Amino acid sequence: MPPSHSAPGRTAARVMLQIALLLALACLPWFAEKYYVQFVARILIMGILAMSLDLLLGYTGLVSFGHAAFYGVAAYSLAMLTPAYQAAWFWTSFPLAVLGAAAAGLAIGFFVVRTHGIYFIMVTLAFAQMLFFLFHDTRIAGGNDGIYIDVRPDTTILGWKPFDLERYDQVYLLVLVLFALVWMFLRILLRSRFGHVLVGIRVNEHRMRSLGFETFRYKLACFTIAAALAGIAGYLSALQFGVVNPEFMGWHQSAAVMMMVILGGMGTLIGPVLGASAWMLLELGFQSLPVAGSIDLGKHWQLWMGAFIVLTALLLPSGLLGAWSALWRRLHHQTPALDADDPVAKP
Amino acid sequence: MELATFLIQLLNSVQYGLLLFLISSGLTLVFGIMGIINVAHGSFYMLGAYLAWSLTQSFGNFWLALLLAVPITVLLALTLEWLVIRYLYTRDLLYQVLLTYGLILMFEEIRSILWGDDVRGVSIPAALDASIRLTDTLSYPVYRLAISGLCLLVAASMYGLIQKTRIGMTIRAGSVNREMVQSLGIDVTMLYRLVFALGVTLAALAGMIAAPVSSVFPGMGNQVLIVCFVVVVIGGMGSVKGALIASLLIGLVDTFGKVLHVEVAGVHLLPELASMSVYLLMAAILLWRPEGLFGKRG
Repeated sequence: MPPSHSAPGRTAARVMLQIALLLALACLPWFAEKYYVQFVARILIMGILAMSLDLLLGYTGLVSFGHAAFYGVAAYSLAMLTPAYQAAWFWTSFPLAVLGAAAAGLAIGFFVVRTHGIYFIMVTLAFAQMLFFLFHDTRIAGGNDGIYIDVRPDTTILGWKPFDLERYDQVYLLVLVLFALVWMFLRILLRSRFGHVLVGIRVNEHRMRSLGFETFRYKLACFTIAAALAGIAGYLSALQFGVVNPEFMGWHQSAAVMMMVILGGMGTLIGPVLGASAWMLLELGFQSLPVAGSIDLGKHWQLWMGAFIVLTALLLPSGLLGAWSALWRRLHHQTPALDADDPVAKP
Repeated sequence: MELATFLIQLLNSVQYGLLLFLISSGLTLVFGIMGIINVAHGSFYMLGAYLAWSLTQSFGNFWLALLLAVPITVLLALTLEWLVIRYLYTRDLLYQVLLTYGLILMFEEIRSILWGDDVRGVSIPAALDASIRLTDTLSYPVYRLAISGLCLLVAASMYGLIQKTRIGMTIRAGSVNREMVQSLGIDVTMLYRLVFALGVTLAALAGMIAAPVSSVFPGMGNQVLIVCFVVVVIGGMGSVKGALIASLLIGLVDTFGKVLHVEVAGVHLLPELASMSVYLLMAAILLWRPEGLFGKRG
């Protein structure tokens, strides 16, 4: 949420800073190697996915443990819309994949949004697993092995090719543009009346209902929007990797996104993006650990990841952003006043 | 379907359902009494199975392995509760899910380091390695009957423990009003530790006795965990009775869902789609009763 007390000058400075950051990121392919450009693209894709989950988790208070399902549905949509050894058309496959994710979100949301608390967590996970098994056990899309996208989507429109998705740097720029658009969309959405209703539902759903809001519809709409945004991330991921397998919608993926959101800081837009960056760097760091004695530390990177998750859940409940602002307050000798803008703070 | 085949499938579904009950009752107890959602519950099922395999390998006797594995699990559960779980009692559900998910990753990797990533088999103990002939070609293994019997025995003793003993009375009181029980001078911390150990041991015990029929493999706990979630959603979180009925229901739907597709020969249904029948059942129940069959209306 935007701080209500900030002066117009500060907001302008903030927007300028964001634009400058985006421009700096856009320059990356000109001086960084392919590996790093692709790594940053992956962080941005995960950032989109984490932001979409934060709309549910941090703003509306819906703890979805199956968010990767929609990421996977869109990824599979691209794979299945791509004919063998030919390219799909970007301008149809992209909207269709996002629509597919939104449709899955609407269908699953219709069932899950009527549950609360612990049920919501388990039911979202169960439905995501249902989709996982659908793709894992049946041969509709390559089963367990997954499905390859031989040729990247073609972007030619009216004889003009705005960008070439076979080139990694142009994929990166597309990811960056979509990342910025998703960010802007969420900013506008959260400042709108709809966004305020969502936050109201998180704080007290009963009160919102007695105020006359059909909270079921708001939650369902929110769930569907989050699914569609996750679909954007899924499409981009499939595009970048060139292969889709059931793990895209597995629960490890869902848990990883959830972790990114919490690690960064729930209920903010920058938090999930920071969390995604930190998560990806950690993963890379743990995977490159050396062999110590008889145990390959890098091969068992998930052990360190698990320990990290346990420690984060115990010690950093409000994420990196929360830890940073606590440190800031201490350094400036401010009393930890009740911060009305902090959506994480609960009464 | 022939009567004998039907009987076999029925027995299979009851056996599967009762095994599910053994696991999910632990999950639902820990939640109902302590208010903790333990996502790592399935890992203890896996741990039980691997302990059964590894101890049977070392001692050559399944029953001795079982006898040793149970106290090991209890000890592990008590340690874990003391190390991390006790910090979760006052925390939001989200952090409970996260922390216990982190434990899953750790358990999987420790399993990989200790016992490797291969699929292992545990042979059926000699005393129960027989089958009952139903027809000339069909027979039913005694060990599966023994699993059902053991599950029923555990369920009955759990019922006795919770409904008839003093500890059970305290447990029930603690699930209703924690502060009141504490102010009456009962050590709730100890009580919670006990319940957690009980829940974990039930899951591990299920893993041990299932090992000879289901084999022992990486990720086996996660598979079971998701089905247990479905059981708990259908039965109602915190309700042991609900868990029993939902487990048996899922046992039936899953087993017959896999068999009946052959019957519908006209429409070629993919056999794998049967694994979705359980989730469709859950969706239907959610529409009808979002809090589960025996859940408290919130």
